[in-house]
Amino acid sequence: PLFIPLAQSDMKDYKHLDIRNTVGNVPMEWYQDYPHIGYNLDGKKIFKPIRNKDELDEFLDKMENPDYWRTVHDKTTASDIRLTDEQVDLVHRLQKGQFGDVNFNEYEPSVDFFTNEVMIHPVTNRPQDKRSFIPSLIEKEKVSKLVHAIKMGWIKPRKPKETTPQYYDLWAKEDPNAILGRHKMHVPAPKMRLPGHEESYNPPPEYLLTEEERLVWEQQDAEDRKLPFLPQKHSCLRAVPAFSRFIHERFERCLDLYLCPRQRKMRVNVNPEDLIPKLPKPKDLQPFPTTMSLVYRGHTSLVRSISASPTGQWLVSGSDDFTVRFWEVNTGRCMKTLEVGGAVKSVAWNPNPAVCLVAVCFERTVLLLNPSLGDRLVVSSTDQLITAYEPPEEDKEQAVTWALSEGLEHNMGHRLTLTHPKAVKQVVWHGKGDYLSSVMPDNSSNLQVLIHQVSKRRTQNPFRKNKGLVQCVSFHPLRPYFFVATQRYVRVYNLIKQELTKKLMTNCKWISSMAIHPGGDNLICGSYDCRLAWFDLDLSTKPYKMLRHHKKALRGVAYHRNYPLFASGADDGSVIVCHGMVYNDLLQNPLIVPVKVLKGHQITHDLGVLDVTFHPTQPWVFSSGADTTIRLFT
Amino acid sequence: MGGLQKKKYERGSATNYITRNKARKKLQLSLADFRRLCILKGIYPHEPKHKKKVNKGSTAPRTFYLLKDIRFLLHEPIVRKFREYKVFVRKLRKAYGKAEWTAVERLRDNKPGYKLDHIIKERYPTFIDALRDIDDALSMCFLFSTFARTGKCHVQTITLCRRLTVEWMNYVVTSRSLRKVFISIKGIYYQAEVLGQLITWLVPYQFAHDHPTDVDYRVMATFTEMYTTLFGFINFRLYQTLNLVYPPKLDSKAESELKAEHEEDYAMDSESYLEKLSALSASLARVVATAEEEEENQLDQFPADGEDLENMEAREKEQKEQEAQNRLFEGLKFFLNREVPRESLAFILRCFGAEVSWDKSLCIGGTYNVTDETITHQIVDRPDIDKQYINRYYIQPQWVFDSVNAKMRLPVEDYFLGVTLPPHLSPFVEEKDGDYVPPEKLKLMALQRGEKHEEEEDDDDDDDDEEYNDEVDDEDLTEEKNLKKMEDQRSQGKQTLAVKVTPGKVKPWETGSVGNKVRLEKEEKAEEKRLAIMMMKKKEKYLYDKIMFGKKRTTREANKLAAKRKAHEDTSKAEKKQKKAKKQ
Repeated sequence: PLFIPLAQSDMKDYKHLDIRNTVGNVPMEWYQDYPHIGYNLDGKKIFKPIRNKDELDEFLDKMENPDYWRTVHDKTTASDIRLTDEQVDLVHRLQKGQFGDVNFNEYEPSVDFFTNEVMIHPVTNRPQDKRSFIPSLIEKEKVSKLVHAIKMGWIKPRKPKETTPQYYDLWAKEDPNAILGRHKMHVPAPKMRLPGHEESYNPPPEYLLTEEERLVWEQQDAEDRKLPFLPQKHSCLRAVPAFSRFIHERFERCLDLYLCPRQRKMRVNVNPEDLIPKLPKPKDLQPFPTTMSLVYRGHTSLVRSISASPTGQWLVSGSDDFTVRFWEVNTGRCMKTLEVGGAVKSVAWNPNPAVCLVAVCFERTVLLLNPSLGDRLVVSSTDQLITAYEPPEEDKEQAVTWALSEGLEHNMGHRLTLTHPKAVKQVVWHGKGDYLSSVMPDNSSNLQVLIHQVSKRRTQNPFRKNKGLVQCVSFHPLRPYFFVATQRYVRVYNLIKQELTKKLMTNCKWISSMAIHPGGDNLICGSYDCRLAWFDLDLSTKPYKMLRHHKKALRGVAYHRNYPLFASGADDGSVIVCHGMVYNDLLQNPLIVPVKVLKGHQITHDLGVLDVTFHPTQPWVFSSGADTTIRLFT
Repeated sequence: MGGLQKKKYERGSATNYITRNKARKKLQLSLADFRRLCILKGIYPHEPKHKKKVNKGSTAPRTFYLLKDIRFLLHEPIVRKFREYKVFVRKLRKAYGKAEWTAVERLRDNKPGYKLDHIIKERYPTFIDALRDIDDALSMCFLFSTFARTGKCHVQTITLCRRLTVEWMNYVVTSRSLRKVFISIKGIYYQAEVLGQLITWLVPYQFAHDHPTDVDYRVMATFTEMYTTLFGFINFRLYQTLNLVYPPKLDSKAESELKAEHEEDYAMDSESYLEKLSALSASLARVVATAEEEEENQLDQFPADGEDLENMEAREKEQKEQEAQNRLFEGLKFFLNREVPRESLAFILRCFGAEVSWDKSLCIGGTYNVTDETITHQIVDRPDIDKQYINRYYIQPQWVFDSVNAKMRLPVEDYFLGVTLPPHLSPFVEEKDGDYVPPEKLKLMALQRGEKHEEEEDDDDDDDDEEYNDEVDDEDLTEEKNLKKMEDQRSQGKQTLAVKVTPGKVKPWETGSVGNKVRLEKEEKAEEKRLAIMMMKKKEKYLYDKIMFGKKRTTREANKLAAKRKAHEDTSKAEKKQKKAKKQ
């Protein structure tokens, strides 16, 4: 609180009023809730003024009272005091940093305590003590202690400062072989990246960021930015400002140097052309189909399956429009159309040239047809073959009912109808043309594959156990082996010994199709996960080669009977023809070279090519697609 | 079940690594001391191959050091010094607390210190090793030498850094080893070739620093401590190789010249001497007084044949070029105006044999005045100047930098006062084929090859270059596209053929002219390649795809830059036309 010295006259009425508050120097807020603000000398309460000044009073006061500026509110007495002129003067002086007392002279001449003149006589004339003449005992004691310490070697003389210069020729005797063991592991820190054009103070205009790029840069995190700074253009060197992150960048470099793990990364420095395998030129591997030459149109739904006659003159196709069509290969003419009672899943022409039979499967039926195309003799001999059947004495219970077609159906070409217990997916002929196998995929029973003998109208179920969902089957072209492809494996059975000889791991997720090389030692598997696996049966049970050249699921694969060719059709609408040479020399691995990508099929409902098959004699390939066409590539 | 049971994590990679905390405990050091030790000794963490194995099965993120490294630190004499220093600080604090001033004084006298000489020798067994690693040291010392002498670090460090950098610059000037310079927005980059090593450093612009708060200056100071030691030794050695006196002394001739003036401006002799040195205008004193001219060391001729001969010729040519570059500014007299960065320009000009001077009031060491009639170039960085002499060029500072990078004196017309400067290109960029080359660089290369360059054709040239670029970049893409199109056409053609039989029409491009044949051949080649790519192994295919992706990205970026340039040029042209039209 402001201490105000009061003038004598004021003192009187101060006393007279007797409003001195005795509470002392305490915060007056303590009395906020009380009606009084303290006690006078007699111990009586001092009451607050009845009406407090509010803002408005204050304002009016400010406007009207000419002495407002020199009025001070005294909290202890809750009254306003008007400062006298002397008091105002004092305040002014204090504010200026001057002395409070007006009469104080701060520049009074100083008076020395002692004169600077040397006097002749001493100030005191006291004689000197005796002890100022004799040596000090205490000092003697101290010195003797030090001497003793030096004698005992406790105190050593100060070490001389080192005299070697700060810098000298450190590598005067350098030994390049003196490399520490740890330096073997030592990776020198990489140098800082050298600046590019964009860091220039005056870069070419193309290195400056556009407005959008700058916005993107600003919104990115510091780690994601391609450039750690914004390129800028200054018209002259004078205008270049200091780089604000300079110390930061140096510091970050320091951190990198001592906190970053270092690693040698081998950068592959290879010409991409060298990575491409050197293969024989497709030109040298001719013949193979190169161009699309014929389109067989007629089906109204997707064509599931095709098969060429052993002579190569006819082609049979089965479609989802419940028809089987026979085509002349060379002209593209549809010779015959047969309506069957369901979507045709698979067709297969009997490979025996002496027999003219076509197996067709739809729903639960396998139909043997005689298309009556080609050589009349063959056609009639086929009919004879079928009619020459004599039922055996004992009628065995068979899984399939064999029925001979007669009448109208016979005229249409139906010969035998095999009614299966379940839906049939695939039919396959044996190379000799007497045996026929049908597949009824079913996860829960062992009745999935049946082998039929046409001449004896006999049906066998070769397997006792269910080994998984059968996808497709195939006969070995020469030996009595039987190939069964389940979802992930291909099992090779010996039919005579009735045992499993091999189990091939395809490394595929789901096999879709399979074809056996006419030599019988190689096999290709197409799968729905876009792979084609080539197995060399003599080599290993694992694929000799995995080809991932299709972009989508493979639907059909086929080998050519004479030429070293195989083809694969996939949902990407392409047929890829590869040269697959198998050598008689067992030591030489098969040579696989893709030679042609044939395109033509349109993709409908995400389906492209559904089946491929080769012409039996010519290097031609047929493909059937979901776009209801069959195409011949020659 | 015989034999001892094998315990996990007691052999193999788990025993080769040690975590940071464990290492610290093993060395009995505080974290700060451990850091310091690592910085000084150049120990860095290692990333184990199998982190989980090393981390005893845990996947917590930890820093690992090689156990060998830590063992190696155990024997470091400096560790003991660190401990001694810790003890010293404790004693000192105690003495202060007890107000035992004699004890304080005694302790101060015996303050333990350490030297880093042996560490430098150990880290860099040969001089070349040390020189190879000096980039960071240089940049750091140049940064520290620009710090204000208040607060952030010891004044001694700053002065030492300044001294060392001045020594370095003097060495580069004397040995004439500067090769490239570059003005970036961060500072000025210099590249020198010292004893066959390319050394690059960055010098900040001469401004007061705005010291960031999130930077640990202690770490920087530790690095600087190490770097100054290394740098000093290297300087010593370098001066020795040139037969110069170390610490550097000015030539007696120069000294006497400089003596007369400005001595009284400096309080201390040493200070003025450093200033004189840093002026870079005088040559240095040699240990053995040799003739003024440097000895021309010709390459000895060895009888060589075949490839060696070619190599030799190439080397000789290179050397000749080098010498020509070293004499780039020889015989020229420069005068620096006060607004240009004096130190960097004086450094560069002196490196290439020019004479430099500046205003007396700007810095000590100016040897002649503006009024000197023999001045050939005056470097000015303001739009205009009042009083111009007729027998000298007034040019902007970028001319010096560009000329050094081009290894030839560029035409001065582009750099006159008030002229819009041509872009300043980085000399460190070496474009491989497929990268974007700015047209300015192409122009420069043409100039270097000695081709005359007409102004009239200028613009058209640019365009041509760009188009050419575009073509090159797009070639692959377009090729592929073309092929695809053709194939599509072909298949479609077949379709139409199949539908309506129109015999006898031979497509012209199937049996046509030579161009078609070439195209067919190309097509065939591309197809062959595509087929071969199909047969690639998975691993190689992955690699191949990656490489091709990278290539495509670079071409894409180059295309983008080219397009931007084109757009820019178009707009600028349009503006010009508009201006012309307005004038008319």
